[in-house]
Amino acid sequence: MIYLELFWSFLQVGMFSIGGGYAAMPLIQSQVVNGHGWLTMSEFTDLITIAEMTPGPIAVNSATFVGIRIAGIPGAFVATFGCILPSCIIVSLLAFVYYRYKQVSALQSVLGSLRPAVVALIAAAGLSILQLVVFGGKEMGIANVQWVECGIFLAAFLVLRIWKKNPILVMLCCGAAELAAGMISGALK
Amino acid sequence: MEKKSSEKSKILLKLFTSTLYISAFTFGGGFVIITFMKKKFVDEYHWIEEDEMLDLAALAQSSPGAIAVNAAILVGWRMGGFAGMLTAVLGTIIPPMTLLSVISFFYAAFAADPYIALLLKGMQAGVAAVILDVVCGLGKGVVKNRNVIHLLVMAAAFLATFVWSVNVIYIILAAAFIGICTELWKRKGGRK
Repeated sequence: MIYLELFWSFLQVGMFSIGGGYAAMPLIQSQVVNGHGWLTMSEFTDLITIAEMTPGPIAVNSATFVGIRIAGIPGAFVATFGCILPSCIIVSLLAFVYYRYKQVSALQSVLGSLRPAVVALIAAAGLSILQLVVFGGKEMGIANVQWVECGIFLAAFLVLRIWKKNPILVMLCCGAAELAAGMISGALK
Repeated sequence: MEKKSSEKSKILLKLFTSTLYISAFTFGGGFVIITFMKKKFVDEYHWIEEDEMLDLAALAQSSPGAIAVNAAILVGWRMGGFAGMLTAVLGTIIPPMTLLSVISFFYAAFAADPYIALLLKGMQAGVAAVILDVVCGLGKGVVKNRNVIHLLVMAAAFLATFVWSVNVIYIILAAAFIGICTELWKRKGGRK
């Protein structure tokens, strides 16, 4: 039953992604790419690219995108519902506790210790996208290195780290640079 | 009584339109949406105190799920109870759902176009840069704290996911378990 599988997968994404945004990414990857094979790594990276460019949480964006591609509009609703249901229950309980007691330091310190693990997970997800970019989805090896994309990545990384430019603008410039490089090399052939 | 209920529906309507608006125009992560919410609900509407908004942000950040959705749930409960929660959540998820539905219908045509494929390929390099930039910032925060347990957790989690492909959920559960242990240990130490 595909709806149930979608619901269950995104329920886990919603339940175990703490820290929002990028923290959800490795979980979505493990469910959608590695677990069920609903998307290829390349499609998943496209999805992250699209999710970055459009407003809204990555988890909700992914649930809608994967849901529609696997089971149409009802799939999108089921996946999105699964993804926000744990939040609705847990955060509602927390809201109740907060307004009743206004002190959740013990809870926060426990959840706070999750942060380093979450950072590591995000790093791994970022590196697997980088791997795809550097080797173009082929085997790892010097012959398959995509030099143009490597250059674009390095330039973008430096621009972000040093000048702290707007990430969406940087991404769009990367797209434009690749397009220009592709057209030039196409014209030369 | 009637006046009160019309007042409540007015607040719900305002809550719906403002969450819809905020969600439709906030690109980027959860912290962006929290700053927008603060501008709207604290500075403009004076619905919520500034300190309270910071508490809500911390709660939204440390709960499972998307920060934007969590923050909407908290503000919704605060403003209109259960109905307020539903209103705020709907307002928050309608814009991304609509946009992504439209995009996913055109995705096949979109991905087949050679120029768009080039554009996406270049932007993938950009996404990798954005993510690793965020990681550098976050990692620096962890390293600065000089907490040995946190550093070990970070290294172990990285090896587990990237090298050994351990299921992400087990990694999160293990980190939470370590967090509970350190909290218990701290309390025991505090009592002495």
